[in-house]
Amino acid sequence: MIKSDEKELPHCSRRNFLKQSAALTAVAIIPATIDTAAKNRLDEKYAYQLELMPVSLEINGVQKNVQVDPRTTLLDLLRENLHLTGTKKGCDHGQCGACTVHVNGQRINSCLTLAVMQNGNKITTIEGLANGDQLHPMQKAFIKCDGFQCGYCTPGQIMSAVACVAEGHATNDEQIKEFMSGNLCRCGAYNGIANAIKEIAK
Amino acid sequence: MKTFTFSKPADIKGAHAAFKANATSQFIAGGTNLLDLMKKEIATPANIVDINQLTLKEIKSDSKGISIGALALNSFVAEHADVEKDYPLLSKALLAGASAQIRNMATVSGNMLQRTRCPYFYDVAMPCNKREPGTGCSAKDGLNRMSAIFGASENCVAVHPSDMCIALAALDARVVVQTADGKENSIPFTDFHRLPGNTPDRDNNLVKGSLITKITIPKNNFNTHFHYLKIRDRVSYAFALVSVAVALDIENGKIKVARIAAGGVAHKPWRLYEAEQFLIGKTAKEAAFKQAAIVAIKGAKPLQHNAFKIKLLQNGLELALKNAIA
Repeated sequence: MIKSDEKELPHCSRRNFLKQSAALTAVAIIPATIDTAAKNRLDEKYAYQLELMPVSLEINGVQKNVQVDPRTTLLDLLRENLHLTGTKKGCDHGQCGACTVHVNGQRINSCLTLAVMQNGNKITTIEGLANGDQLHPMQKAFIKCDGFQCGYCTPGQIMSAVACVAEGHATNDEQIKEFMSGNLCRCGAYNGIANAIKEIAK
Repeated sequence: MKTFTFSKPADIKGAHAAFKANATSQFIAGGTNLLDLMKKEIATPANIVDINQLTLKEIKSDSKGISIGALALNSFVAEHADVEKDYPLLSKALLAGASAQIRNMATVSGNMLQRTRCPYFYDVAMPCNKREPGTGCSAKDGLNRMSAIFGASENCVAVHPSDMCIALAALDARVVVQTADGKENSIPFTDFHRLPGNTPDRDNNLVKGSLITKITIPKNNFNTHFHYLKIRDRVSYAFALVSVAVALDIENGKIKVARIAAGGVAHKPWRLYEAEQFLIGKTAKEAAFKQAAIVAIKGAKPLQHNAFKIKLLQNGLELALKNAIA
């Protein structure tokens, strides 16, 4: 049973310390600003700014230098901070593969890594596959072979498929299925997906 | 996710120093399990030490055996020429685990340290002695079809989830560890993971702050007759209901050495020593395999929903042994 009178234990985090010391400094110097600062949650914003960490990444050939909360996953950095929404968030727990991107040419689940861990790396997302208006051969093959229905898993499927072929894991039907098993498609477009991969691998 | 401080030291010394900065520190390598646990606030480290810059990725092989760096990626190990040639059981087990994406992120040491996939461990609304010691085990009398049939306790019936570790247990690997004060220890792989007993919150015997630096496997003659059989709810990308790693050294039709380990059946990779002993000196044929599989399930204790695992293990072992000589 949950006790209603239970209070959260006091703990001294860096954030609380920063908030308290910022507030105390404000009291000491300009008392009139306290009210405004509290209303605008400036203490929170101040502490948050100090917790950000610099990250430099090359994303689809473009150098990006950003400040991120260390808790930000690579997926959230792409979608929320950089507005590259082609990479999809499905389960956010590495079970569906919708968030698949390439890091230094290798496919990974971007939901299972922190942006700060990827500092200095080269990221390729679905937005980086096409050459201007010219679709990547795998993108064309997906269209030709009807490799999708609703399309939500498609960016992850295509990123995974490109890597699957590059790795040499697309030599037969069984191998394609095994090495694409990290990408789920709830519409069940698997046959079309496998056919698209076969088309490119041959 | 709770807030944390983050650093990426350049060497082991720096990693130990960064770890000591906070009592709740955690090392992160691939992060494929830890981040999952942090999102659910099952793991709440206030300090994360990223060890990916440490030079622990090398694989070295010679006439005595093979040494695999703790940070070697699962995909790299699985397709390494020396592993494929001399230790193919390890390669097969690695490729049976997770997905291509996760194998590209997951490291050898992280694989060893991954937590159980018992659904109650992940469901923070339910009691779990592994997650919160003293709260009780929900799986013991709950939906326990995934739970252990060997070595469980009143306090925990969870199973160890790795495939790689089942092969390493069968191959008599050793775990090389560097402690926080710089000492190097080597632990037999089968002593690395623990049974739940009264402390199910502890999965293994790694002392806090220690870093796994490599695993070693002694040279063996198991590269001809081996098999890794994984039985799961779907064909790929699922944890094992039961898995079996078998390795046989056969001379003139007779079994000289046998190694058998099972996954999905216990809180640690489960060596089936009695079945191994039984096979020694026997003709490597179906009759002996059938008998060994009966020996293997001796002492199995099912819960309400997982008795099927006993038959699965028996049949699975028999099949794996047959495949090993096919």
